[in-house]
Formats: sequence, structure tokens, C-alpha cells
Amino acid sequence: MTVQFNLNGRRIALDVDPDRRAVDILREELGLTGTKEGCGAGECGACTILVDGVNRLSCLMLAAQLSGREITTIEGLSREGGTHPLPEAFVKHGAVQCGFCTPGMILGAAALLQENPAPTRDEIRRGISGNLCRCTGYQKIVDAVAEAARAIQEGEPSS
Amino acid sequence: MTTRPPKIGRDFLRPDAPAKAAGVEKYAVDHYGENLLWAGVRRAGVPHGLIRRVDAAAARSLPGVRAVLTGGDVPGTNRQGIVHKDQPVLCDAKVRYAGDPVALVLAADRETLRRALALIEVDIAPLPGVFTIDDALNHDAPRLHEDHPGGNALLQATIEAGDGAKALAECDVVVTETFTVPIQAHAFLETENGIARREEDGRIVIIVSTQAPFRDRWEVSHALGLPMDGIRVIAPYLGGGFGGKDGATVQCLLALAAMHADGRWVKMWWDREESFQAGYKRHAARLHYHLGAKADGTLHALHCRVYYDTGAYAHLGGEVMALGMEHAGGPYRIPHTRIEGWCLYTNNPVAGAMRGFGVMQVSFAFESMMDILAARLRLDPLEIRRKNALRVGDRNSAGVLMTSSTGIGACLDAIADHPLWKDRAVWKAAAGPNKRRGVGLAAVFNAMGYGRGLPDTAVAKLEITPTGRFVVYSGVADMGQGNATAFVQIAGAALNQEEGMIDLVQPDTDRTLPSGSAAASRTTYTYGNALIRACQDMRRRILGRASMLLLVDRLEDLGLLPGRVRHPATGREIPLAMLAATLTTPERFCVYQYLMPVVPDPPATGKAFKIGFPHLLFSYGCHLALVEADELTGETTVRDYLAVTEAGRILNPQTSVQQVQGAIAQGIGYALHEDLQVEGGIVQTDDLGKYIIPTALDLPDIRAVFAQAYEETGPFGMKGLGEVASNGPLPAIANALADAGAARIFRSPLTPERVLASLQQGPGM
Ligand code: FES
Ligand code: FES
Repeated sequence: MTVQFNLNGRRIALDVDPDRRAVDILREELGLTGTKEGCGAGECGACTILVDGVNRLSCLMLAAQLSGREITTIEGLSREGGTHPLPEAFVKHGAVQCGFCTPGMILGAAALLQENPAPTRDEIRRGISGNLCRCTGYQKIVDAVAEAARAIQEGEPSS
Repeated sequence: MTTRPPKIGRDFLRPDAPAKAAGVEKYAVDHYGENLLWAGVRRAGVPHGLIRRVDAAAARSLPGVRAVLTGGDVPGTNRQGIVHKDQPVLCDAKVRYAGDPVALVLAADRETLRRALALIEVDIAPLPGVFTIDDALNHDAPRLHEDHPGGNALLQATIEAGDGAKALAECDVVVTETFTVPIQAHAFLETENGIARREEDGRIVIIVSTQAPFRDRWEVSHALGLPMDGIRVIAPYLGGGFGGKDGATVQCLLALAAMHADGRWVKMWWDREESFQAGYKRHAARLHYHLGAKADGTLHALHCRVYYDTGAYAHLGGEVMALGMEHAGGPYRIPHTRIEGWCLYTNNPVAGAMRGFGVMQVSFAFESMMDILAARLRLDPLEIRRKNALRVGDRNSAGVLMTSSTGIGACLDAIADHPLWKDRAVWKAAAGPNKRRGVGLAAVFNAMGYGRGLPDTAVAKLEITPTGRFVVYSGVADMGQGNATAFVQIAGAALNQEEGMIDLVQPDTDRTLPSGSAAASRTTYTYGNALIRACQDMRRRILGRASMLLLVDRLEDLGLLPGRVRHPATGREIPLAMLAATLTTPERFCVYQYLMPVVPDPPATGKAFKIGFPHLLFSYGCHLALVEADELTGETTVRDYLAVTEAGRILNPQTSVQQVQGAIAQGIGYALHEDLQVEGGIVQTDDLGKYIIPTALDLPDIRAVFAQAYEETGPFGMKGLGEVASNGPLPAIANALADAGAARIFRSPLTPERVLASLQQGPGM
């Protein structure tokens, strides 16, 4: 079946088996390997993507469920040549070690900041609690998300 | 990216982070390849038995199946193993754990692979299983490896110092206890995987998530009977390792598959369940301790017996136990010790390396014992540790003379001065209703490097390109710990060049040089030492060429500056791009091999250890856990956590804090929740819903500080710190619970059920 959706700001149409998992479509058909798979069972968050701005687990979605949606993967987060404050803050605060959780973590945090632009540290911890990281202990991730939140808020008036 | 050369001792942002955060870094698992075949393994599913028949006819006839291979199809020895070659690539006669591979399938797509694996009929005549330490110690138990002379004991060893166990009789007080710790899983997010292909010239190329690419090449060569130079292993950044990718996982299977794929790429990617069932694990252990002291708290004698469940194959089990035994007495001066160890084969998953390699287990025992002893003698738990802390010139509990940086005392002093310690009574008193609070200490240490008998060496390779840029060819994998960052920082500082002028090549057996495994807290120390010397050679070579071009007759009169060489006396300069263009290819490379120093006069003990005993260098830490337990549920929450680490000079505070926080996170998981449950040889906790690792809600902010020190032999004075902090959390939290008035818990993890029962039982010793 042909599935049409917007991917990172571009309209695409793909001829795929509607039962294939979204994570496989992204990684294998589209070469967008920034979306990771850590468990395939909805338990780690590594495969997080944004679907109409909301964080979803692409290992639990089927190709057909992409249809008509606005999909953002990590590769599309910093669009139009600009940089997004989240990846920048992750780098600056040392929130990346092996980095395998990082794309999903950043997208999870992006969804959190959409909903709650000025989260407390506890709210950040709660917001990213569906994304597992085995390397960092999360503290520097929380630092990074807090800084990105500030940066987005400060940047807001001009945008 | 900074525009000035990196400075040692200052935060240096990880050069690998931007690509990882942008999702463009290619891990092994992100490689697919045109016309890809998928490979997978049919596993025994029974823990012990004799293979009667593997019938793959139905699987072979499934459209899309390229090949089904069994034990008889493996050329070479069909045996892998780092120290003992006892682990089949594909089992030929016997299976020894449920994850043992019995057939390998190559298929056109994942769905076909899954169906083909299910169609293989495996008939195994079951044998009685060996599932516990006691089973394995029973002389009548079935033997896992009939030809192993030690029966089910992979290794039995003794370390003795001073007068040994007899000295317990001279003690004013002796405490005796037994501790039990479970299996821990690495649970890295990128599960075991790789991709391989046979090239036109017959060579096999493997891109794999591995901590030891050079050793992998040797494993594949041995197991499959291929020439070493017929194998190329490439190790991109790993999505976590922690020891679990130190040893063959998919390597030999993939190479075998590639031999049957007609030049097509073959990919193998274990799913999470397979990783839990078949991946390496941290050893479960049982630890019997007798610790004796004088009335004033001076430690006098230690006798312990430790038992490590190493699972079905040797892997690194003996070496893990050896390191545990070497650390069994803690970072203390104990003149008389006898430390006995049994590393036992069972039909459980294969245990091997995991961060804190054997040391995490004994840390629980010795640091609990220190608190028990302090309580018995009515001494302050910090003071009894300070009194006995190792100093330079002492012998440790394995009888080894401490000759280099030994900073446990400084760590303890830093805790003593910290407000969290000084004000602990106030904090404890502020517990809310139905809460109990306690504060616990743990003093820990961790050896660095391979130890005697196994040369710990690295070969650095450095290039100046014809355009005047620098390339560091790293031979040691970066599993996330950040050694690649350290190499760029070290090269930048040593060559006085900006980060942007330095490229880093990840390990590749064709392009980089053998530098050992990413293990043993050794990567930055060993490769860094080699790299500094390579940089010194490079600097001399550049200045030498500049002396010709600028007609300056003394190298000391020239300065290597970012992107150029300058003659300060005249102000003349030559850009590196221009200079490098005049160098011939051999002149553009500098190679240096560094060999780590070893204990010069090892004590005459631990003779059963062939390699890896004893160690010369250790890093130290003292941890303080502030813990709150719920009286109604037994739920334990770590409210605050302080870790003081001595690891020589801190080259990069940010990445050092990363290591400490990450190690403590894993340690808190180990302390409170993580328990890989195996019943009758079958892993029960086989997904991340059942095997619980900490989320962001389960961990406190961790205060990571460093004691000032300088290790004379280290690159810029550093020592490795990837592991030491993982040893602290379990004993610190257990001690905090005892401090909160719970009966002491001797079995980890410290689950709500156990904590609730011990709260109800009330204070003990
Ligand atoms: S891969 Fe989707 S949640 Fe783990
Ligand atoms: S950085 Fe490794 S899993 Fe998060």
C-alpha cells in the first residue's frame, strides 16, 4: 500500500507493507538511522519520534499509522539550517555518552517542552522517565533540558 | 567546538557528541548494506543436554532461506574463548546453557529468518542441570566440561598474606557473615549486533559493536580456521558496552555466515530478549567473610571464601574472580589474610566482564563488614576506615606493596569535611511520617589495567596529513566512556593544536594498531601514554622539517603553534599545510607502543592465576548515600549521594563526572532492583519491563567530586576511573539502611520486600 505523510517537513509517499513497523520503515527504507531501537517493545524510548508534535514510540507503530501525519525524527529536529537548542544543550552539558538513547531522549524532551515550556527539574525527570539511558544517570540530561527550556523561552520574543 | 588548543584539566566537550545528538553517528547497528541478508541463531532452549538431531529440512526449503548451518559446518576449531577455548560457535554435541547456539540461518529478510528459525527441529536429550553454587560444588554433580581437570570448578585459587587465617585467633573481635549478590545484566541500549561480508579477495570484513576488535580478529581466526590477515574488524562507536561486548558475541557467527553469503552483506542483531538470554552477565556470587580486628579498630586478619557462578563457559570468569579476590579486603591495610575463591561452571548464562569486574561483589561484603565491625566496637564508621586506609608504603590485602598514588585517605577526609556528613544527624531527624532515614558510607577501590602476565599495551598511530591536519588512529573502542574525547584532548594539548585540526579514526584492524580492549579502566591511561609519545615524536619531526625550511639550526628556537611553526626570534612562520606538503608518506606518521608498568616483585601467592594478578595501580573512592525507606512499603529512595574519587589528575572534569555519575546509576540499579532471575537455567527477566534499570525518577542528583592527586606514570598524571564508582552504591545504601534502624541485609538487591522485613525486624548489628 502507498503511505503518504510529511517527514521532517517533506511530503513523501512510500509503497510499503502496511504491517511493517514504523521504526523499520524509517531506518531501512528511508535510511534515517537516527531513530534507534533498544527493545522493540515500548520499554526504552530509543525509537521515539514526534507524530503531530507528540512523542510516540516508532517500534509500536505500523507503517499505516504514519499515513497523513506530520512526522519528525531526530534528523529533522534542526530544520531550515538552524540549530535546535536541545541537541546543543546536550552537547554542552555532557548529556551524551554512548549517545544511543540521545535521539529519542531529545525528541522526548522536545515534546515535553512543547507541553511545559518551563519545567522544574522534577517535571523534567518525570517527562523523560519513559526514555531509558544506561550511561549517564540522567543528571546531565536534566541539566541540558533545563538549559534548553531557558534558551527557548529567551528566544521566544524574537521568533 | 573550541578555537583554542584544548587544555588539560579543563572541561573539554566531547567531539563525538554533536553527531550523536543529531542522529547522524553510524553505530554498528546502523549499517545495512545493499542486498542484505539477515542472520540469526536457533538457541538450545534447554540448559544442559546432548544434541540428538538438528533437522533443518523444513527451514531450508522455505523460500528466501539462503542457508542453515549447524555445528558440523563450522571449519576451524569451532571454539571461542579469551583464556580457555571452550565455547562452541555452533554446538556440535552438547549444549551447556539455554542460550547455546545450535543452528545459524541466513535469510532474505527478517520475517523469513524468524519463520525459518522456528521451523528448525532440535532434539536434545536433557542432562541434569547445575544451577546453583551448591550444585556446582557437589562432587556428584554432572560435569559441564568433561575434559576440564578441575571438574565444575573453572578455577580454584588462594591469596595469602602474612600469617593468613591463623591470625584471626589474635584478634579481639571477629565478625563472621555471608553475603549473596545476584546476576546483573549490562542492558546497554544497543544490543549485540554486527554486519559482515566476504570481499572479492576472500577477506571477511566485520563491522561490529565490540570492545575488543583486535581480539575479535584472533577469535574468528581461531574458531573458523581463517588466516588473521583474512579478517578485518571495524568497531564504530558503541551504544554502550560496560564489559558485555568484551568477547565474541556475534563475531564468529557473522563471519561464518559471510562465508556462505556469496559476497552479500549479512546482518545479525540480537533482540532484547536474545540479549538477556544469550549475552554475557555479571557473576552472581556468595561471599563468606571473617574479619578480625584489635579492640581499637585496627584490622588484623581476614579470611574469606568467595564463590562466583560463572555460567556455562569460561569466558573471563576466572579473571573476574581473581580481581574480586584481589580486592576482597577493601582499600585497607590488613596484615594477615587468606582469600579463597571458587569460580564455578553452571548451566546458567555465561558470566563475564562487567564494569567493576568482580569487585562490585566483594565491595558489598567488605564495606558491610566494616560497618558491622564499627558497630561492634562502638567506633565511628568513618574513623575506623580512616584508621585502616591504605597509604603508600603499605601492603594491601593481597600482599602487594603500594608504591604509587593511593588516595583513599584523601577521599575519606573529603567526606569528613563535607556538610552532608557533618550535618547528617539533622537530616536524619527530619524524616517525615512513616519514613526512616539513614546515612551510609562505602570506601572502594578498583585496579587499573590487565595486571601481571598479560601485557597491557597500546600502539598509538598519529598522522599529519599533506594538508597539515592531524589524524589520531585509535586502536581502542569507545563504548561511550569517552576515550576518543580524551585522545583528541591529549593530542590537541600535546601538539598545541585546535580541536578542529584533529580527526579521530575509530578502531579498524586494517587502519589502526592493536591497543587492547576497552576494559579494565585502561583505555585512556594506556593509549594516552602511547599517544603523548607519538605526539612528542611528531612535534620533533615537524620542528625538524621547519628547521630546514626556515634555516634555523636549533629545534629549541622554534615553536609549534596552532596551524604553524614559528621562529619567535625573527617572527618568521611556516604554516603546517605548507610544511606537511614537503613530507614524504613515511615521515607523516608517528607510531609509539606503550607498555604499562607492573608490580615488580609480586608476592608469592595467587599462583593459580595465570594472568591478571596482581595489579600496580588503583583508583579510589569514598561514597556517602543518604537514604530514605518507607516503613509501610519498604521502598528505598536515595535522596542524596556524594562520591569522592581519587583517580590521579582529572584531565576533563566533565567526562570524569559523566563516568562517576553513570557508574553510580548502574550501582544504584544493582543495589535496589536489578536481579536477573534464572530458573532452571532459563532467564525469566528477559525484557526491560521485567528487568528493571533505573529511570530518571529513580536516581538522585549525584555530587561527584575529586580528590587532588597525580599519578606519576599516567598520561598528564591521570588514572582510569570508568569502574571504581560502580563499587560504592550497594554497600553505601546497605549501610544507610542499617543506619536507619533496619536489620542488616546480606542479600542484594535491597528490594522493598527485603527492606520491609528488615525494618520490621529492627536494628541488629
Ligand atoms: S525500541 Fe521502541 S521503546 Fe524501545
Ligand atoms: S548515553 Fe548511553 S544510553 Fe544514554
